[in-house]
Amino acid sequence: MTLGTILRRALFAGGAVLLAGPVMAQRAPEPIRIGAVLSVTGPASFLGDPEDKTLRLYAARINAAGGVNGRPLQLVIYDDAGDANRARTFATRLVEDDRIVAMVGGTTTGTTLAMRPVFEEARIPFISLAGGIEIVDPVQPFTFKTPHTDRMACEKIFSDIRARGLTRVGMISGTDGFGQSMRGQCMQVAGRAGISIVADESYGPRDSDMTPQLTRIRSAAGVEAVVNPGFGQGPAIVTRGYHQLGIRLPLYQSHGVASREFINLATAAAAEGVRLPAAALVIAEQLPAADPQRQVALDYKTAFEREFNQPVSTFGGHAYDGLMILVDALKRANSTDGVRLRDAIRATRGFVGTGGLVTMSATDHMGLDLSAFRMVEIRGGEWVLLGN
Amino acid sequence: MPELLQFLVSGLTIGAVYALVALGFTLIHNASDVVNFAQGEFVMLGGMVTVFASAAGLVLPLAALLAIAVAVLVGLALHRFAIEPARGASAVTLIIITIGASIFLRGVAQIVFDKRFHSLPAFSGDAPIALLGAAILPQSFWVLGGALLVFLGLFLFLERTLLGKAVLATAANRLAARLVGIDTSFVLALSFGISAAIGALAGILITPITLTSFDVGTLLALKGFAAAMLGGMGSPLGAVLGGLLLGLLEALGAGYVSSAYKDAVAFLVILAVLFALPQGMFGRRGVERV
Repeated sequence: MTLGTILRRALFAGGAVLLAGPVMAQRAPEPIRIGAVLSVTGPASFLGDPEDKTLRLYAARINAAGGVNGRPLQLVIYDDAGDANRARTFATRLVEDDRIVAMVGGTTTGTTLAMRPVFEEARIPFISLAGGIEIVDPVQPFTFKTPHTDRMACEKIFSDIRARGLTRVGMISGTDGFGQSMRGQCMQVAGRAGISIVADESYGPRDSDMTPQLTRIRSAAGVEAVVNPGFGQGPAIVTRGYHQLGIRLPLYQSHGVASREFINLATAAAAEGVRLPAAALVIAEQLPAADPQRQVALDYKTAFEREFNQPVSTFGGHAYDGLMILVDALKRANSTDGVRLRDAIRATRGFVGTGGLVTMSATDHMGLDLSAFRMVEIRGGEWVLLGN
Repeated sequence: MPELLQFLVSGLTIGAVYALVALGFTLIHNASDVVNFAQGEFVMLGGMVTVFASAAGLVLPLAALLAIAVAVLVGLALHRFAIEPARGASAVTLIIITIGASIFLRGVAQIVFDKRFHSLPAFSGDAPIALLGAAILPQSFWVLGGALLVFLGLFLFLERTLLGKAVLATAANRLAARLVGIDTSFVLALSFGISAAIGALAGILITPITLTSFDVGTLLALKGFAAAMLGGMGSPLGAVLGGLLLGLLEALGAGYVSSAYKDAVAFLVILAVLFALPQGMFGRRGVERV
């Protein structure tokens, strides 16, 4: 039995309860249906799984506290297993059969882009949880996103490299979607940031040894720092190989590995001195008390870790931000009409999320700036926040 | 020069793992003409069971033994409940059964373990050994040494024991082997058990270097298959040399040509072998009966 059929049966049972509802209790408020298509299983499951858990946890919490505008939230979640075709099918089903009011999710850039036309046509607000800049650039009327873009990560890394007085960078990128996308963005912004790329290597997402590539980078003329766009276990193996070869140049990882697991896999000794741009969530405890994100990030982290007994990840945080921005907009719009809800999301000002301070506008459907990233360094197996 | 040495060590280490996987393919293929595509899952089981057993408090050697035992049990169960009932079906049918078994095992591992990546501490420390300018992980010597022991042990088993000779006889001619009283079904079960043990051992040795997860077996099975093809499907010596050669080709290709085509090397090798040398380096000449 696939997750889809389980969900369908659950929904059917839920529908039966709803039908029986009016008989037992007069005028039970009609739930607000929110759709989600997430990659809970498959290659992107480490993104989709915490997103799924976060949405369920917070929908339950909101409902326990009385719902939104006096109505409970009802999540309709489908698992696309990372397949854009299936995502699109589920999107159509959400619009036509499930009659959702708004949509949170789309775990990867690929599934998001496949689903976008469906929601644009149905005029249903769609908050994506994927990183690709092409989701909101150019701006589509009903599509929003919560995570930072790869380009912002590149800019943050390059400005830190420049601040160290270095300019010549070697790249070693994963050939997966994330690695290739970020590599492309870094190449684009390198010139403007005053960085020259002197080596450009790649590795397969399932490769088990990157020392040949690293040896090549080490012997490239004049390389001063190394940047590794990628996620999954690849960056951990790169970091180990870097340590094994005794390369002394500064190593930068991407926001894709900003989780406790990365340090564990790479080992604390090898990860010593590695820098990466991270969302506030990863270093919540270290934020100064005056930081507006501190409380939000700490609350989410505590709630998630207590409920699921696994370390919090920024990806679940994106889902939290998406759901909360939507709930906030639902309250302000006091309506479930697509256009009015869209206008309310667009009017989000100074929303404090786990990913940063969000201020949307008609031309900015992400609402984050570079301050959303904090540069952190790994020291003694712990994240240390660097002064900006 | 130090670069070349670095590439060679890197290639030999990963090549030794390909060789172990290829050896597993070869053993089962010899006993049954089946290419067991669940071979990679034995490697995964070796790594994952060790990780979870040692996380549960077992000391590493015991955890490793447990992992090998689990893999052998799974291998025997695979033979008993999936291959044996389909006895008499064509080799292609049996191969498809092993592909199904591979997907099944991966799915179960996802539920029993989890979907995250895991690592093991290196057996004798993480400090790289400097050798002529190349930095070599101590774990590499464990992998190479472990592989060497397996090759020697298998050689002695096949050449010096009666049971080993029965395996060789079955590989040479199944009908004739049965006629002289060899229980070929038992030999096949034995091949599954040994293949599983070898795969699991490879998984345990390599996990401290390459990490492991529920789906680590897929790519290793493909690479091991390419190695077995290169060496000549059915020849244990060919499997070993094919694995080492493939690892070296990959490392040298990534080091001197371009890392973008690293994975393509394995598949180019398969294509080249199929075109130019369909029997592989050490394969038996196929004799068509008319």
